[in-house]
Amino acid sequence: MNVEMQSAGSSTDEIDFQEVPTFESEVPNRISGFPFPFRDDVYRYSTNVEPALQLVQTEAGSWGDRIIDIDSNYLEELNLRETVLRLDPTRLQVMSHMRPAAWDAITTVLPQMAATYPDIMKFERQGNQCRWQNGLQDIDLEFTVGADETLPEGPLHFLGSQIQDDIVLMDQREGSLWLDAGLVTFAADWSVGFDVGMRFLEIHGPVPRVHEERIITRAHQFLLRLQPGEQYRRTNWTMTVDRRLDTSTETYPEWGKDRTLVVDDPTLPDRLHLRVEVQHLIKLPATGALLFLVRTYLASLREIATVPEWRTRLGKVLEELPSDMAEYKGIDRYRNAAAHWLQGGD
Amino acid sequence: MTAIPVAMRPRVSKQMILEVVDVRDLSPKVRSFSFASISGQQLPAFVPGSHIVVELGSKSNSYSLTGSGQYPDAYTISVALAPEGNGGSKAMHQLQVGDSIKVSYPRSAFAPVASARHHLFIAAGIGITPILSHARAAEELGRSSSLMYVFRPTSGVHLQECRSIYGTTLTEYTDRESFNSSLRSALLNQPIGTHLYVCGPAGFMSSVLRLAEEMGWPTERLHSEHFEADVQGPGKNFQVTLAQSGQTITVPGTKSLLEALEGIGISVPNMCRKGVCGECAVPVLKGRVEHRDLYLTDEEKALHETVMCCVSRAQEQELELDL
Repeated sequence: MNVEMQSAGSSTDEIDFQEVPTFESEVPNRISGFPFPFRDDVYRYSTNVEPALQLVQTEAGSWGDRIIDIDSNYLEELNLRETVLRLDPTRLQVMSHMRPAAWDAITTVLPQMAATYPDIMKFERQGNQCRWQNGLQDIDLEFTVGADETLPEGPLHFLGSQIQDDIVLMDQREGSLWLDAGLVTFAADWSVGFDVGMRFLEIHGPVPRVHEERIITRAHQFLLRLQPGEQYRRTNWTMTVDRRLDTSTETYPEWGKDRTLVVDDPTLPDRLHLRVEVQHLIKLPATGALLFLVRTYLASLREIATVPEWRTRLGKVLEELPSDMAEYKGIDRYRNAAAHWLQGGD
Repeated sequence: MTAIPVAMRPRVSKQMILEVVDVRDLSPKVRSFSFASISGQQLPAFVPGSHIVVELGSKSNSYSLTGSGQYPDAYTISVALAPEGNGGSKAMHQLQVGDSIKVSYPRSAFAPVASARHHLFIAAGIGITPILSHARAAEELGRSSSLMYVFRPTSGVHLQECRSIYGTTLTEYTDRESFNSSLRSALLNQPIGTHLYVCGPAGFMSSVLRLAEEMGWPTERLHSEHFEADVQGPGKNFQVTLAQSGQTITVPGTKSLLEALEGIGISVPNMCRKGVCGECAVPVLKGRVEHRDLYLTDEEKALHETVMCCVSRAQEQELELDL
């Protein structure tokens, strides 16, 4: 779907729209910028964290030179987020002490976004007075940092209406990170309403293997040591049936059964999607809170197969993946069928 | 206590060049300096209680920023002249408006606890500097706080700013006896959920903290400005032999092993450069490693078979690597 500049005519006096990126048709865009996560034919958990903003070349194109990535699904995904939130307001959680951190996230992310897309977005700030213009949504808005009433739905909801990423804010105290705020509508089988108020190490309790290998404790130590202004990233992956972004625990009854039904479905290569998250970890400058941005990308097996190297590699990874990891990722029912197809089967 | 001893100072990786835009005397010994961007750019915000590392000639020292940090036009520090110090404060006192200076990005090591119900700030002498940052931020963010300030009769640095924030609720002490007698009752009479923040001479801080613990304060609610060594701080020089090529290089104390290897054109795969991700492991053939990483297990560290070359160093003079 192309992003349409429905509103471009109304506020051209403020922003020059001549350089609006013309989003190409969906499929080439999705694959050329797809953050294919596998460096090897075997996948194991690791503390795979690296500095943000480094371009990664892939067999199909590249990704990674920006923190906020806008693509052709922008308006569609933001509309979906609003729908999910309307049906289930618990997807937005802000403990009261996190309000300054939510504002810190806004004043950190919006300027970055404007710098990445200077032709369609603009952020200005004088003291606590800010002005935000977003040509993709025809927004021209003034607000005051710290004054929640100056943004229609409060700061975290507003930020979530501007970026495709899910947002998590972690407070740092008592030598731990605490998930104390978040706007998460596109979770990969977890629930922000369940996790809010929990410590980082508690949240990761159920992940298999990572404790013996101390991966989570190392990641925790790393995050605790980040200094304000530092920005890192990692990728994570799973699979999802159909182009479904909202696979939260709350909606499990809607999507859980598809994981079994898809196995014998002849359209499996079109329905089954590799789901990759690019997670940015940003230590916010004014509060020291940790901002997690989780941007979710989906590509069907058939789309993956358009890149021969990816087809082979994903097939090998799925075939080799130990059963406890496959089970935790929720892909154990269909991963053999997927590997079989990728490796040239019917 | 605003200066970090040179031996413990953190490595300054990310720096900016700023211009001195204001110099003023706060007392006969304490002078305040403000730095702003030469190009007129906005400076990064900082967490209340943060410090910057100022590099001046061959000296580097850390100083607490006194602003709230929320949207700084300038970074302001207060420097007490320390005649017995390493000369850093003397050099600082020579600075004049218009001079440019190299400073680190702000580093947070004394952050407020956002979930605290109340913040009890206690400062003695020049220890007021990070506390003033906290007090200003608490006022701007509408957080509940109170301040007890101990100073010598003639040297109440930043007293006017403190009075303008707290008005009549500021409690001032010009002798230790009156402070000591009211500290006990202050520690007994705080709202539940109060966090205490103290900065001042080491003896002062430890007596405040000891009394608070005796009176049942949980240690998680007690915060002091401690100038601790950075895990990536400088080390000693050591020699490295590269077994495959027979080359020998010296790693200076100011550089990491990884940087030294890169310096002679040997690239080692690396990602985080902070001793966490495990990418830059290099096999060790001889010598004992001073492990500074978070990647290897204790058992692995005891074997001295691997060095995470981005942060770790040699315990003794030499290491031989399988490179």
